[in-house]
Amino acid sequence: MTVQRIMGIETEYGITVPGARVMNAMAASTRLVNAYARNNVKGRQRNPKWDYSEEAPLRDARGFDMSRADADPSQITDDDLGMANIILTNGARFYVDHSHPEYSSPEITNPRDAVLWDRAGVAVMQRAAQHTSTEGVDLPILLYKNNTDNKGASYGCHENYLMSRQTPFESIVAWLTPFFISRQVFTGAGRLGIGQDPKRMAYQLSQRADFFEAEVGLETTFKRPIINTRDEPHSDAERFRRLHVIVGDANMSDTATYLKMGTTSLVLSMLESGFLSGKDMSILDPLRAMYAVSHDITLQTSIGLAGDRQWSAIEIQREFWELSALYCESEYGADIDPETRELLQQWGQVLDRLDEDPLQCSDILDWVAKYRLMQAYRTRDGLDWSAPQLQAIDLQYADIRPDRGLALRLEQRGQLLRMFSDDEVEHARLFAPRDTRAYFRGECLRRYPGEIAAANWDSIVFDLPGHESLVRVPTLEPTRGTYQHVGELFDRADNAEELINLLGA
Amino acid sequence: MPQRENAERKVNRPEQEGAASDVPVQTGSAEHKAALDADVDSLLDEIDDVLEINAEEFVKSFVQKGGQ
Repeated sequence: MTVQRIMGIETEYGITVPGARVMNAMAASTRLVNAYARNNVKGRQRNPKWDYSEEAPLRDARGFDMSRADADPSQITDDDLGMANIILTNGARFYVDHSHPEYSSPEITNPRDAVLWDRAGVAVMQRAAQHTSTEGVDLPILLYKNNTDNKGASYGCHENYLMSRQTPFESIVAWLTPFFISRQVFTGAGRLGIGQDPKRMAYQLSQRADFFEAEVGLETTFKRPIINTRDEPHSDAERFRRLHVIVGDANMSDTATYLKMGTTSLVLSMLESGFLSGKDMSILDPLRAMYAVSHDITLQTSIGLAGDRQWSAIEIQREFWELSALYCESEYGADIDPETRELLQQWGQVLDRLDEDPLQCSDILDWVAKYRLMQAYRTRDGLDWSAPQLQAIDLQYADIRPDRGLALRLEQRGQLLRMFSDDEVEHARLFAPRDTRAYFRGECLRRYPGEIAAANWDSIVFDLPGHESLVRVPTLEPTRGTYQHVGELFDRADNAEELINLLGA
Repeated sequence: MPQRENAERKVNRPEQEGAASDVPVQTGSAEHKAALDADVDSLLDEIDDVLEINAEEFVKSFVQKGGQ
């Protein structure tokens, strides 16, 4: 494997209700999701249920198994403590995660699709927020694709990578730690303020870096670790691990998301193949290095590595690039897939430009674009770094309203480059990727909204008319349920029951 | 600091042929940067119009609960 693997991105958005006397984030988030469901979702999907239950199903040759659940429909429709939770026709999940609205993208297979269905998530959030304004019952809701309120709270943008269970976890820790620390040079979304609840106003690369307090661990909401050990594969746990990456920033920039997903997937491929064994890139003091890299916008800070080496973050990234290129050449030669070739080329170019002058990346990377904007204000208005206007720019950069969000305004001026058109994003808002099980999930919801009782990543539960019990269709294999695999069955089936019969045939 | 070769010298960069045409970094060049700089006044004028009027109040009121 190369940059191609089963991946996904989950993003918690910042949420505010300007003018509200008391802000209840959970209630506002619930209102947001429900407004979207009311206005965009058909039939039973107006009030669909996420199915939390786990089941270890048997599979037939197609990767499906039908088990007639004994449960009465009412048992499966637990209201999840009243928190809104919908599954979209593009295979994504849109729900309330504690005090934030969250969009979890459908499973995708490559970094370009990761960007596209992440942008689809922005479109979902924009629409949902718009509904809350036009419905006019309550105050409008504003949403921010960032990771901190700059007052001590942080919320995440998590990446998920399905990878081989065979790869020893120690080698994941050993290699991904230096990789995550150094990749901040292009993944950083930029932040004004140093420290969780900043006492000092200076600019740094990452929104998230200062919120990490451990090297390895299970937590995600406190004492956050650089390497998170949560592992629910939502697939065959004997073969796969789902690497849950919590260290990244939420990016407005397409290129940053693209590089973040593609480079990480490629490094995982090297780990899975054993290509890196015998080498060592361990960082001596990871947490300190994490902060040091983020806090130095000149990108010159040296990091102490094993073997008495002192390298900058760019030098560490160049080493990863070089190893990746060697790996691809030795493993695939001229047969390298175009997606991996494109990723390697862009990764190398970005490192060259960052090395020469980071400002050359102001139209492709968030931290540079935002920095350039702040610098322009500082120059024109003679502002100190502590000026409230600059902090406002920091927040408003991530505002997802097309007319008020600064990143989106930069995109409209062609000063932050997009990878996809509005039409492509709109299509991805409605339709799932065709090359993963998200296709099956999304098409079931699109075609048979009235017959889906519940759904989650690894199964869909049908409530068929005239049947007493529910029918669960497991989708445990993420590479099955694709267009190629089941597209023709959807064409042949006139209704959900026929589809079920065809699947069982 | 150890002598480090530029990655380009050690490994041939993959051919550009066949790569997607909409490679976004192509315009991130020094020339492009100069063009962006020239545009900065009109950019700031535009941002002035959309920035929150009371920046201090806006920043103060942006309070979130911690998440994952």
